[in-house]
Amino acid sequence: MNYLLQNLETLLLLLFGLCALVGAGLMIVLRQPMRVALALVSTMIFLGGIYGLLGVHFIAAFQVLIYVGAVMVFMVYVIMLLEVREATGAKYSALLVPGIVGFVLVLGVIVIGIWRAVPAPTGAAGNGAYGISTFAVSFLNEYWLHFELTSVLLVAAVVAAMAVIKVSRAADRKGRHG
Amino acid sequence: MDRTQLLIGLAMALFSIGLLGVIVRRNVLVMLMCMELMLNGVNLSLVTFAQQTATTVGAVLVFLIFVVATAEIALAIPIVLLLVRGKRTLKLDAYNDLKG
Repeated sequence: MNYLLQNLETLLLLLFGLCALVGAGLMIVLRQPMRVALALVSTMIFLGGIYGLLGVHFIAAFQVLIYVGAVMVFMVYVIMLLEVREATGAKYSALLVPGIVGFVLVLGVIVIGIWRAVPAPTGAAGNGAYGISTFAVSFLNEYWLHFELTSVLLVAAVVAAMAVIKVSRAADRKGRHG
Repeated sequence: MDRTQLLIGLAMALFSIGLLGVIVRRNVLVMLMCMELMLNGVNLSLVTFAQQTATTVGAVLVFLIFVVATAEIALAIPIVLLLVRGKRTLKLDAYNDLKG
């Protein structure tokens, strides 16, 4: 029991990692887009738990708020909006076998590379937990330019979304009148 | 196998599964979600490295990736909506004419 409590963090890390992997595997196997979306949501929440265990609580909060709260809700909304049910036909493309072979090869190479390359822990490293104040000071002092570029990117995205909507409206009008 | 190796291995496994999904699945929305899974794997590796070196660079990069992912999905979804409105299907094979 004592041993369990001392290694609780590592055990939870293992558990969350395993659950995230299972969620990711379900994304490949499940057929309905809504179930795939729910599997992705669970994977993201478990990743948020891992971030929390690592000590970067603000990234865990962002993960849940932005990814689960914004991106995936948007995705689920679109799945419900489209409501294209396609239970017939093959689930996988013709690239199934080459895809799986490539997946196994890539994973094998990467795992072997990690096994050899990552240096053994040198004591102090590994518990570099820092709060949001350290992050915020560093973010707005050293990376202010990137922060401003982010706003430029968001403006560009808004303009592009408007352009897409305009194209769709023009296509609608053409379809109705001609 | 220490914690860093475990987390980097998990990140790379998530990335590879996402890549496999993009290659193997035929549904456009599912492929988009698999791309999100790849982004999540990269985020996990960045956070792990930031933790290992005790710097804020990785966290800043993760923050920027959040913004880029949100902008990407906000643009990708209208494009998918437009495609589906034209062909009434989510299957990728129907959009062969996009290759020009």
